[in-house]
Amino acid sequence: MDFLTILQILDSSLRLATPLLLACLAGLYSERAGVFDIGLEGKILAAAFFSAAVAFTSGSVWIGLLAGIVASMALSGLHGLASITFRGNQLISGVAINFLAAGLTVVIAQTWFQQGGRTPQLAGAARFDNIVLPGAESRIRDIAQQGPLGQIYSELISGHSIIVYLALLIVPLTWWVLYRTRFGLRLRAVGENPAAVDTAGVSVVGLRFAAVLIAGVLCGLAGAYLATALNAGFVKDMSAGRGFIALAALIFAKWRPWYALSACLLFGFFDAVGNRYQNIQLGDFVVPVQFMQALPYILVVIVLAGLVGKAIPPRAGGEPYVKER
Amino acid sequence: MTTSAPAIELKGISKSFGPVQANKDISMSVARGTIHGIVGENGAGKSTLMSILYGFYKADRGEIWINGKLTPIPDSQSAIRAGIGMVHQHFKLVENFTVVENVILGAEDGAMLRPSIAKARKLLTELSEEYGLKVDPDAVIEDLSVGHQQRVEILKQLYRHADILILDEPTGVLTPAEADQLFRILERLKAEGKTIILITHKLREIMEITDTVSVMRRGEMTNTVKTAETSPPELAEMMVGRKVLLQVDKTPATPSDVVLSVEDLRVSRGGVERVKGISFQIRRGEILGIAGVAGNGQTELLEVLGGMIAASGGRVTLFGDPIDITGKHANGQTRRARGIGHVPEDRQTEGLIMPFEAWENVAFGYHKDARFNSGPLMDHAAMKADCVDKMARYDVRPPNPRLPARNFSGGNQQKIVVAREMDRAPELLLIGQPTRGVDIGAIEFIHKQIIALRDQGKAILLVSVELDEIMGLSDRIAVMFDGHIMGERLPDQTDQNELGLMMAGVTETEGAA
Repeated sequence: MDFLTILQILDSSLRLATPLLLACLAGLYSERAGVFDIGLEGKILAAAFFSAAVAFTSGSVWIGLLAGIVASMALSGLHGLASITFRGNQLISGVAINFLAAGLTVVIAQTWFQQGGRTPQLAGAARFDNIVLPGAESRIRDIAQQGPLGQIYSELISGHSIIVYLALLIVPLTWWVLYRTRFGLRLRAVGENPAAVDTAGVSVVGLRFAAVLIAGVLCGLAGAYLATALNAGFVKDMSAGRGFIALAALIFAKWRPWYALSACLLFGFFDAVGNRYQNIQLGDFVVPVQFMQALPYILVVIVLAGLVGKAIPPRAGGEPYVKER
Repeated sequence: MTTSAPAIELKGISKSFGPVQANKDISMSVARGTIHGIVGENGAGKSTLMSILYGFYKADRGEIWINGKLTPIPDSQSAIRAGIGMVHQHFKLVENFTVVENVILGAEDGAMLRPSIAKARKLLTELSEEYGLKVDPDAVIEDLSVGHQQRVEILKQLYRHADILILDEPTGVLTPAEADQLFRILERLKAEGKTIILITHKLREIMEITDTVSVMRRGEMTNTVKTAETSPPELAEMMVGRKVLLQVDKTPATPSDVVLSVEDLRVSRGGVERVKGISFQIRRGEILGIAGVAGNGQTELLEVLGGMIAASGGRVTLFGDPIDITGKHANGQTRRARGIGHVPEDRQTEGLIMPFEAWENVAFGYHKDARFNSGPLMDHAAMKADCVDKMARYDVRPPNPRLPARNFSGGNQQKIVVAREMDRAPELLLIGQPTRGVDIGAIEFIHKQIIALRDQGKAILLVSVELDEIMGLSDRIAVMFDGHIMGERLPDQTDQNELGLMMAGVTETEGAA
């Protein structure tokens, strides 16, 4: 395996980690505020569909992105209404959102485009282009001519869509918000002991809604990235469990932003390896392609079961806040 | 400071929850710079009244006047703005935050944390010097003792410029020494012109620290008197509505043969040795009281004897016959079969199943009794009849066997457990925190039952963090500290001071020095 191949795998890891990272950070905001969000998957899917559909119709990927975010935030609002305002069970609300998104996206896609529950292929301005950073090569033939540093720059660092860079920026931003701002202090407090926040005269409902809506924005970005950058259009169930893998990454990351980045890069790497080596031959035995496709998920389970150690979730997680006395 | 208007004046406050009237036309006035006590049984409406004052609830009718000004308090923010601070019985702290983070939460100066934290750290140092509230601003709450956590709560209120402090049952979780420190702090605050409202059910504390005291009963404020002009028996009578015996009335014990003998008992939990080789005996007709601050091995001692957990070493005999303490051949049920009754320390998690009805709870542990069973089926009618009978004799209110355990008040829940465990007159009764969170009337009743059982010639092991209770009931007192028994005393040859020192781990020689 030569150096460039390794770089290509890492490059692909980064691309595949991006939707995971955005969803994972979405979960981080929500769960740090004490609202479990098992509906990340549904929100990604809804955002993927609406961003692709609107980008195709309008011809602008930016309007598409906006539509994806709005769709995802609408589902977030629903989750907030059910689990914060009406104090319903957060898991059930999340599961309902997943079913809702899985069904509605396909039905609406069929009604609008009549292509068997998918959107038409996106091209041109309806898709996010890869950004070639100054001084970087974009064609693989040219990259192969460069030295190692140049290869790293051109292959790994340059050539991603804007959302990849945005996602990477959101990691330090999230850290800063959580640990350096008043909002972050209150957000963390409301996930640990909402009664403390309430008696301090700060609205628990307001904080939790803010967190859930931020999660909606981030899931919207994740979904839009899937449909308009990583792929060119929406297909049925294209989120492929990423919302759940993101939750696993969140636990692995112990609800911390920088750890979330590492966890998502690791899971993205599993994905990239699984994608690249579809046909491995061990002597006479050919490893089935299905196994390689399942491998990232199997590795996630192994990592979660074996490597996590003690992960303490926010203490008020999953509990609707009821004022006592 | 020169205003003569009262710091707080409540006029005609009423509040109902559905059909239940929690507060009925309450009027109260507290002068500036005084400590005002509010006493009353559980459910008398003290907490509701204070929640209204702190903006947690909105009164149906009535007015709140602060410093002579009509001040509506629709929410906690208005209360904070009006200078009211509340220290809740269960602290409202974020456990994995630092002291300074907890103090600024909700009272930050701007969107960025750093300046707020720097300012708060400086102010905390000043405040802690001014009021004798020493606390490390960067300590994490869960590493602090409850006494220190309470200081953080008080600091939090002072940081918000609270002039009126409400403390709800502040000493329930404190050691006697910590309670004394708290009182010194409160006196200091009073001297600085702060007004303090103290809610408690401990009459001794009312007598010790308050200037005036109000008594609440069934949602009404029945009396307000000057503390200097009243006495504990009088207050107790006002609270309950009848004469109450505060002192346990008992004859000297006449201990005979040994019932329980414990030798070098060791218990570990979570890899930590919690009971470190203790030995004692209890005889027929005797109450051995174990005093100590919660968490010094008493819980583990009770649970091993009650068959709930295994010991790591030692020997326990009942009437000379060994009891299995390895946990392999024994459990709560085999213990009960040998005549050991157990009223666990925490009635809500260990004594009762809260969603189950009273008749089910009264039968638990004895549900294999022949009289509750007919063939393979349980005889529900017999169980309910038994429950009705026990409720009548143990004065459980309301006497409704179909009511879930969680719908009874704390005192009545405890009476259900006591009825179940004591009615069979066990040879040995293990009883932990018999009156925690129980009102005065029920305390009197449970204490009488314990003495009656002793007078039947049974042996009783009493574990309690309430020194008054230990001293009033016990025939002998053993003090536990850090898994050891620090020493045994006779109740009439010791006092709260000596026991308090032993509870804090001070040995006799150190104490004398």
